[in-house]
Amino acid sequence: MISLIGRTLVLAALGACAVGAVSGFVGGARRDADALRITRFMANAFGALMVAATLLMEWALVTHDFSVSYVAAVGSLSTPLHITLVSLWSSLNGSILFWGCVLGGGTLAFTRHVKEHDPQHASYALGSLLSVGLFFAFLVAGIANPFAPTEGLIPTDGPGPNPLLQNHLLMIIHPPSLYLGYVLMAVPYAMAAAALLAGRLEATWMRLLRRWMLFAWAFLSLGILLGGWWSYEVLGWGGYWAWDPVENASFMPWLTATAFLHSAMVMERQGQLKGWTLTLAMSTFLLTLLGTFMTRSGVFNSVHSFTQSSIGPVFLGFIALVLIASVVLLAARLDALTANDKATEDGVVSRESAFLLNNLLFVAFTFTVLLGTLFPLIKEALTEERISVGEPYFNRMSLPVCVGILFLMGVGPSLPWGNTSGARAWSRLRLPLRAAAAGAVLGAVLQAGPWAIATFAGAAFALVVTVHELLEPAQARVSSLGESLPKAFLAYAARARQRVGGYIVHLGVIICAVSIAASSTFKVQRDLPLAVGQEVAFEGYRLRFEGMRTETEPHRTAQVATVAILGPSGTLGVLEPKMNHYKQMREPIGTPAVRSGLKEDLYLSLVRVSADGATASVRAMVEPMVAWLWFGGLVMFGGALFSLWPRGRAVVASPSAAPVDATVDAAARPAK
Amino acid sequence: MSDSTSTAPPGGLTAKQRRTFLVGSVLVALLALGGIASVDMSDNLVYFWEPRELYAAGDDAYGAQIRLGGLVKEGTLNWDEGAQELKMVVTDGQAEVTVHATGAPPQMLREGIGVVVEGTMTREGVFKTDRLMVKHSNEYRAPQEGVATKELYKTVEGLE
Repeated sequence: MISLIGRTLVLAALGACAVGAVSGFVGGARRDADALRITRFMANAFGALMVAATLLMEWALVTHDFSVSYVAAVGSLSTPLHITLVSLWSSLNGSILFWGCVLGGGTLAFTRHVKEHDPQHASYALGSLLSVGLFFAFLVAGIANPFAPTEGLIPTDGPGPNPLLQNHLLMIIHPPSLYLGYVLMAVPYAMAAAALLAGRLEATWMRLLRRWMLFAWAFLSLGILLGGWWSYEVLGWGGYWAWDPVENASFMPWLTATAFLHSAMVMERQGQLKGWTLTLAMSTFLLTLLGTFMTRSGVFNSVHSFTQSSIGPVFLGFIALVLIASVVLLAARLDALTANDKATEDGVVSRESAFLLNNLLFVAFTFTVLLGTLFPLIKEALTEERISVGEPYFNRMSLPVCVGILFLMGVGPSLPWGNTSGARAWSRLRLPLRAAAAGAVLGAVLQAGPWAIATFAGAAFALVVTVHELLEPAQARVSSLGESLPKAFLAYAARARQRVGGYIVHLGVIICAVSIAASSTFKVQRDLPLAVGQEVAFEGYRLRFEGMRTETEPHRTAQVATVAILGPSGTLGVLEPKMNHYKQMREPIGTPAVRSGLKEDLYLSLVRVSADGATASVRAMVEPMVAWLWFGGLVMFGGALFSLWPRGRAVVASPSAAPVDATVDAAARPAK
Repeated sequence: MSDSTSTAPPGGLTAKQRRTFLVGSVLVALLALGGIASVDMSDNLVYFWEPRELYAAGDDAYGAQIRLGGLVKEGTLNWDEGAQELKMVVTDGQAEVTVHATGAPPQMLREGIGVVVEGTMTREGVFKTDRLMVKHSNEYRAPQEGVATKELYKTVEGLE
């Protein structure tokens, strides 16, 4: 029954998409208000049907309706409810349905936003968005149909989702966050396509586009961060990033989206770089498609590639189609957009130049990651030889770029728009440069490598500039209005959300950079063979193996090692790394135990246990400042949300904001 | 803002010239980068080989970073807890390689199971590794025995 209803909902969504896409393009070309009405109706219908289909699947999962093939594949009576709920994205077909659901939700929100915008833009954008929806509805209806009825006998119980995904709560928030980031990049894409199709790009449209991009970017950042955090907490190798193709797949659109957010500022302020900015928006979406293909088609081995499926070729075809359409659009319509560009009289030393350099670095970064990720695939396709590109390549290529970006984060904000003299720029950079020198000295004292020293210097440099930029306007209020500094800052921050939010994001990036440099440079790892009662010294700690015990839960049993942690002044606590045995699996999966602190993390991972439980091998690691990485990532996310928070309404009615601006702001709010 | 128009000032670049310059410089930069990247990449390749392919590579095998895949030969697994050293023979059915690994092997390692080890081949004919991954079922169900070794690479999971 659920199979039938689900299939019907998806087919109806597919139909709505098809009609809406056609009427959107027709409405845009003819500037037909009736066609736009139909498009909007179809867009809403698509969104509602997709969300309804997903809710239905959740219902089937919760009620353990094993007549639905997807439930039979990932459901299990012994799985706890919260894991059952998130099983929706624990396997291929469900995850594609979830993709469709997020796109549907985004379409609903976007349809509301475009009400107040140019009808031609709205038509084209909805048409483009629904074309993307058409593809995913097609996947859900056909190749990746999660609602397909179970073949043969209906089982009474299922295997449950991948145990790796049941091991940690982060698995509940990492995928939806990443999906929001990935999927919602389709909206900026559709908006960019609409601007090109219409041959016009107004400030209000650009503003809405940028806000959607920022919203998606915020969740993509969060998703990547949570993925790294999960890997650190669950996989037991003590790291959070390995330049795995799947990680790269999420990182590349993040890079181009970041570049977009910066070039969009130049564009909005100076009217330059329109074509370039739109190109970045479109590339970002293409890279998310490439990423989805790489993670979902099984071309790479990873936790993310569920199984060999036939989805790959279809996906490649779609990517090719979007790529061709984008290139043709850009080539044909770019001139219409750039014709009224303001001719420039900018000097070389200006904020624009810094932004341009920033964009070059981000694109170069994307390019090197793309090369290293795709090269093995291409090589295998041509020569049948299986290779991979090692981590040293990625580290060597990315370190100079990252340090460059870090320094630019300080240089850019210090320079005024337009033009400035070298002497003036120099005077503004003197203090940050001293900070940089101090950072470098600190790194040298700690005996860090050259790149870590450069990172500390860059971080100190950017930090001084960022704090200065955040506090300077508040200090101006203090001296002119006589307010206290915190009050002045809040009042100012409430008005200049975009600016303040941006600098908060920069602060988060600086924190992350320092954490990454410190944790990768000063990490210590050792395998410790332990007998019960034995005590070993490790990096200033003493570890005492107290013994093994067994814990039984409905869906798994765990061998738990109890290790007492002793510091110089007594007991610090107990760490219990585990080895989990799942019913449906032959091999156990470990859960490391981490003692997290501001200074460093102590990380224990159980590698093996002797049959009698008298001896165990524990992999012990000390990693400085890892916790700062999660904190920095959350600061980035918070900064982006602060920037997006709608102005006006109740809390802060800003008298200086023009009324037009305020309505745009309200309209541009990406989601409820 | 964005729609304000003005004529090009003397000495300034027109929009078109600027764009050509921009596109040109980006292309040149990417080309240069591509050159550097491909040189760097070829130094950092990791080869996915089975014992047979490892021997077929001849002298090229020494020093190269290799992911060797195969089955742990029955009766060859030897784990010295005191020295934290593991010795085993990895086979693909046609050729065999002696592997020395450092560090504790994962719990699930046993004879007959599929493994992938990453490391280098020494002139003494011993493959040295500090990174051992055990075959893991991809679909997270009891895996069948005797899976083709090519498939191994897709299904390792691991304690890295």
